Amino acid sequence: MLLNQFLLLAAVLFCIGVYGVLVRKNGMLVLMSIELILNAVNINLVAFGTLTDDVGGAVFALFTIAVAAAEVGIGLAIVLLMYRNRRSIDLSEADLLKG
Amino acid sequence: MFATLAADAVSKVTTVTNDANWFLENAWIIPLLPAISFVLILFFGKRMPYKGAEIGIAAVSASFVLAILSGVAWMDHRDNFELEKHDDEHAIALSDGAGSASDTAEYAVGTLAAEAGDGGTHAYVAVQQSTQWLQSGGIEFNAGIMVDGLSVMMLFVVTFISLLVHIYSTDYVSGDRRYTHFFAFLSLFTASMLFFVLSDNILQMIVGWELVGVCSFALIGHWWEEKPNSDAALKAFLTNRVGDVGLLVGMITLFFAAGGGTTFDTIKINEAIVQGGVSHTALVVAAACLTAAVMSKSGQFVLHTWLPDAMAGPTPVSALIHAATMVVAGIYMVARLYPVFWEGMQIEGSSINLLATVGAITVVGAGLLAFVQDDIKKVLAYSTVSQLGYMAMALGVGAWTAAVFHLFTHAFFKANLFLGSGSVAHAVHSFDMKRDMGGMRKFMPKTYITFVIGSLALAGVFPLAGFWSKDEILVNTGGWGVLGGSGAAPGSYTFHFVMGMIGAALTAAYMTRCVYLTFHGEYRGGHHEDHADDHADDHAHHGEPHESGPRILYPLYILSAFSILIGFVNFPPGFLTGSKKNPSGWQERFLHFIEPAGSSYFPAVGHATPSWSLAIVASLVAVVGAAFAYYYYFVRLDRLSKQLGESLVGMPNGVTTTNVFARAGHNLLVNKYYLDHLYTGVIAGFTKGPLARAVNWVNQNVIDGMVNKAGESAVQTGQLVYHKIDQTIVDGAVNLSGRVSDASGEELRAINSGKVQNYAAIMFAGAALLAGAFVILLAL
Repeated sequence: MLLNQFLLLAAVLFCIGVYGVLVRKNGMLVLMSIELILNAVNINLVAFGTLTDDVGGAVFALFTIAVAAAEVGIGLAIVLLMYRNRRSIDLSEADLLKG
Repeated sequence: MFATLAADAVSKVTTVTNDANWFLENAWIIPLLPAISFVLILFFGKRMPYKGAEIGIAAVSASFVLAILSGVAWMDHRDNFELEKHDDEHAIALSDGAGSASDTAEYAVGTLAAEAGDGGTHAYVAVQQSTQWLQSGGIEFNAGIMVDGLSVMMLFVVTFISLLVHIYSTDYVSGDRRYTHFFAFLSLFTASMLFFVLSDNILQMIVGWELVGVCSFALIGHWWEEKPNSDAALKAFLTNRVGDVGLLVGMITLFFAAGGGTTFDTIKINEAIVQGGVSHTALVVAAACLTAAVMSKSGQFVLHTWLPDAMAGPTPVSALIHAATMVVAGIYMVARLYPVFWEGMQIEGSSINLLATVGAITVVGAGLLAFVQDDIKKVLAYSTVSQLGYMAMALGVGAWTAAVFHLFTHAFFKANLFLGSGSVAHAVHSFDMKRDMGGMRKFMPKTYITFVIGSLALAGVFPLAGFWSKDEILVNTGGWGVLGGSGAAPGSYTFHFVMGMIGAALTAAYMTRCVYLTFHGEYRGGHHEDHADDHADDHAHHGEPHESGPRILYPLYILSAFSILIGFVNFPPGFLTGSKKNPSGWQERFLHFIEPAGSSYFPAVGHATPSWSLAIVASLVAVVGAAFAYYYYFVRLDRLSKQLGESLVGMPNGVTTTNVFARAGHNLLVNKYYLDHLYTGVIAGFTKGPLARAVNWVNQNVIDGMVNKAGESAVQTGQLVYHKIDQTIVDGAVNLSGRVSDASGEELRAINSGKVQNYAAIMFAGAALLAGAFVILLAL
């Protein structure tokens, strides 16, 4: 099995995700980028799990999916409330934490 | 060390087994049930339909049933326990000496053949179950139960009285603002006492002893909103602390002298003493210290003052304290550790010792005090003190069985009397006999009958319970034999015998007075608007008192029946059946089942032969005492009162108005021998007054001088430190750190842009740095 290819794919996905999180102004797109990051991790888990012939990797991937679902639930709720309050989901406008 | 002890014990009959009936082995359940009930009532009591009372009653009922079953099992065990078939284990236990740690003690050897051979007399073998609680410094701390006749009897008495008190209380304290709390503590009180009587080691006994003290404190102060009540609770607690010092010192002495510094086990300590390997001096110290503990716990003279004040508690609690728990703990402790006193005070064949003398003085001293009390419960309280004096005296003169038997019978008739007085007080909302009672027999005929039965039993009238036990104590003093009567006894305690006889007359007399003032004459109550404080229920005041309800009366009936009948369980030999002293059959059943005679943890206590003549004389003395009181109250006072048309009860009259010595004596009694004055006035007063002033002078002139010098030099040093070190170095450092934080904060503000994505970028950068560091570390 060619582990490299999976790891490369995961690395590319991860980088795209990080780029999206850091650069996109749209809150929804940021959430989707986070999903990309999580799935990059999942690919790594399953790939290493298959390499070592250990079902634990797949099990961990399932856990990550479950946690990601919860995280998206919260994230969407935040974005929705943000939209209700400001009629916009532009993250550059959300700077109430400014010190 | 026990290898040698056990080797010495080869000639003795065995004492302990852990192989017995289920009910004996598992007697630890009996205290556990009320303890659980305490927790349940505290947490869930208020939500229960009967406010927690049902939990307490259920738990105590279950304990009572178990206590009866273990009593039956004990009788079977006492008569039929065969040691031979357990001999193998014993031999093994012997060979490894001290034995395995948490195992139950099985080190003695059965040379039972001699005993068992002659027609079914079996050895007295206690049942012990113990488990290791913790181990520290080579000493094992065990927790366990020891079941023998004495503990089984106590289990029965405590659970029985407690059950009746529980039932009685559901009526008596109904409507109280802390009803649930009251039942919780009744449960804990019962559990503590049961725990105490089942202890198999002295450490556990101390724990039980203190638990009982704490519970009595909580219950005496149940109505703590009123100052006298909380004062009484404090007084009970603090007076007991005085004796507890003696208890601790005595127990520690025993641990080192008789336990060899390795064991707390009651049986091992007792055995070591019985076998004579223990320093006599140590035993004298231990016995004297433990006597001090008995004096406070069991209300013996000079430390008895807390007991009458403890009447501030609710009446059911008084009944429980005086009949089954608390005050009998001291007597039980002496009975359990009897070899200590037997050897330490050289009871056998002697004519005087500390314990017996304290008891004898208490018998008469408290009996006299009971005469001048107006409060019905205080009469009974002093009567308890006096009866406890009998028990202590009996133990002191070597009459172990008589003492324990008196404890047994006293529990029933004293509980009867207390609950009876509570029934009257429930009706008139007061305890004052002279002000609020009188003529109560018209209103409360049932209570009247039970109260009279209790009084007769207490006064020792044939054939009620008190007669048998008191007679046994008197004959065992040996004084009657010395004075020319029949009835040979091991000792010759003539003084104690005389005090016992005086006490018998006094008891009969003050109970006659109490019955007259409460139940006869004209009703003097009806003005109790300001007197409803005794219990919190607010049912309307009524013109006439009325008989109490069934939950109060049935416990009284049951206790009266026991007061009449219970004396027969130790029916002396020679009465009605000839002089043959035969333990089988129906004579001296109590002695047969309770006294650990022949076991290696009990001294060879002798028994007096019963005396017909003493029984008759003692009864006559009691009757004469009662007759004097009867003439004075029922005849003379009644007649004078009728002539004048008003009650003379509250007036000073009779001999105290005409004779200066009698008046002085009366004053002495009214002031309770000035003991309270001694304690609060002289001892506490001296501490607060002259002693405090002297200490103050020393304080002002000597200590303050030193303190001032020290203060001045401290101030100078302080000045120096302040200007040089504090202002420059410390403050400089503090200011510097402040400036640094200020500046760095200013710089770092820029990062706090408020932009979420900036934060995310920083986070990713950090993660990347960590990952890089991780890779580098792995590569190294």
